[in-house]
Amino acid sequence: MATTALVDPDTGLTQAQLAARHGLRVAGERPSLVEYSRRLWAYRHFIAAYANAKLVASYSNAKLGQLWQVLTPLTNAAVYYLIFGVVLAQNEIPNFIAYLTTGLFIFNFTQSAVLAGTQSISSNLGLIRALHFPRASLPLSTTITQFQQLLASMVVLIGIVLVTGEPLTLKWLLLVPALLLQAVFNAGVVLLVARLGSKSSDLKQVMPFVMRTWMYGSGVLYSVSLFERLPGWATTLVQYNPLLVYIELARYSLLEQAPLLNESLTQLWLVAAGWALVAGIGGFIYFWRGEQEYGRG
Amino acid sequence: MVEHIGASTEATATLTATQERIPTVVVDDAHIIYRVHQGAAGGTTPVAALRRLVKRTHAPNVREVHAVKGVSFTAYRGEAIGLIGSNGSGKSTILRAIAGLLPVNRGAIHTQGQPSLLGVNAALLNDLSGERNVVLGCLAMGMHPDEVAKQAAGIIDFSGINERGDFASLPMRTYSSGMAARLRFSIAAAKKHDVLLIDEALATGDKGFRKRSEQRVRELREGAGTVFLVSHQLSSVRDTCERTIWLESGVIRMDGPTDEVIRGYEAYANSK
Repeated sequence: MATTALVDPDTGLTQAQLAARHGLRVAGERPSLVEYSRRLWAYRHFIAAYANAKLVASYSNAKLGQLWQVLTPLTNAAVYYLIFGVVLAQNEIPNFIAYLTTGLFIFNFTQSAVLAGTQSISSNLGLIRALHFPRASLPLSTTITQFQQLLASMVVLIGIVLVTGEPLTLKWLLLVPALLLQAVFNAGVVLLVARLGSKSSDLKQVMPFVMRTWMYGSGVLYSVSLFERLPGWATTLVQYNPLLVYIELARYSLLEQAPLLNESLTQLWLVAAGWALVAGIGGFIYFWRGEQEYGRG
Repeated sequence: MVEHIGASTEATATLTATQERIPTVVVDDAHIIYRVHQGAAGGTTPVAALRRLVKRTHAPNVREVHAVKGVSFTAYRGEAIGLIGSNGSGKSTILRAIAGLLPVNRGAIHTQGQPSLLGVNAALLNDLSGERNVVLGCLAMGMHPDEVAKQAAGIIDFSGINERGDFASLPMRTYSSGMAARLRFSIAAAKKHDVLLIDEALATGDKGFRKRSEQRVRELREGAGTVFLVSHQLSSVRDTCERTIWLESGVIRMDGPTDEVIRGYEAYANSK
């Protein structure tokens, strides 16, 4: 220490004591839940910009570009109508086209969010390894990208519903809270599958089957009255299926005579809000607990 | 055989004597063991995979590598530290551990703030234009949108990607590897970092860009940051760092003033 005139107070300390004296933190330590939420909020601009960028990039190689945002749901609806409306000729439901497309678009919101969310960590490893930001930004921006897609398909849906002769009523406004609750629910599920998907790439192969099963259990393609023929416990189970609940809410607000499985509207809203709360908070905590592991290995 | 020349205390003698030196990175006897996948080296048939599931064993093509074996050093504010050593000596591994991306199996690594790692593979979004990548990268480093708007043009100028036509508006996948690396460095260097870890990222640029980036590293240091530089180009270590740590097979061979350490390293490399 020939060059130092004063006595260095750090002399004789062990490395750990030195670190503690200057308030250094252990590298890669997980912040507290409150601190994490605060940081995430500070990154809201990044989340929004990233969601927009993904939306733009997703069709950047297609000739029709952003038009596919509307064309994809339309084509989907056309295919299912061909099979379930024409070939299998469902006629117990009034205005089947509107019934089908409502269910399909609402279900698709969650389905595409979950499928994209499964890979939201594993497909962004480069970004994760290069820069430090709260990792929950990625699954959340996935959810926002899907929400933007949903808004495009809602325009299509409203067109279809009006063309098929449904009246425009004040009840339509209920669609807004219903979609918001579903978005919160989606965010929670996306956070959950993002962490699971970051651990095991097998999940990517399994998810399409999970989602298809979920679709058949949500009364998207056929009348929900079919579920009433199930044994009692199974009907109850289906009644609490979050996706069925969100679909029923959308059908209730847009369609005049759609058959509903849940007769009590209050119960429908309560279940919808309950699922949003449980999934949203649970998914966030579960994702946060794995924060220091993303991008490792 | 670990030889500490002058250790860390004299390396920063350039700092004024009355100023207390503030540590930014404290590495305390760190051991890092990581698992690598050896690729398709047998045992990848469906039957073998099923047997592994039943027996609950790990895939046979995963091997453990003890990459860092008890490394200790302290880095202080305003220091630029070069990390040199043969391939596979654990340089990049220790950088990733300092960045918090790899766990230490024994010992501990303490850091001031959040170190940023700038690696050569640090991909941004290849489908998006360079401009958009600049905005996203800056936001991802926690900048405010107003600040990003102010800095964006400067970052693109600094990277020099527009020297041969308007590349900034083209998707990043159309860039050459050198251009992409330059843009990434420019984005990362646009922000003040407490600790900046640079892993070979300067090697890809051309001469003009190297000069600019070395200048930028000096500025970052003057802004009270600490810079770590991993490089096989001893000249760029000599130009930017006054202290150098020489790692060999996961242990520190030498830690001290750059000139002495590089002389030792060159003697070792030549005698091999």
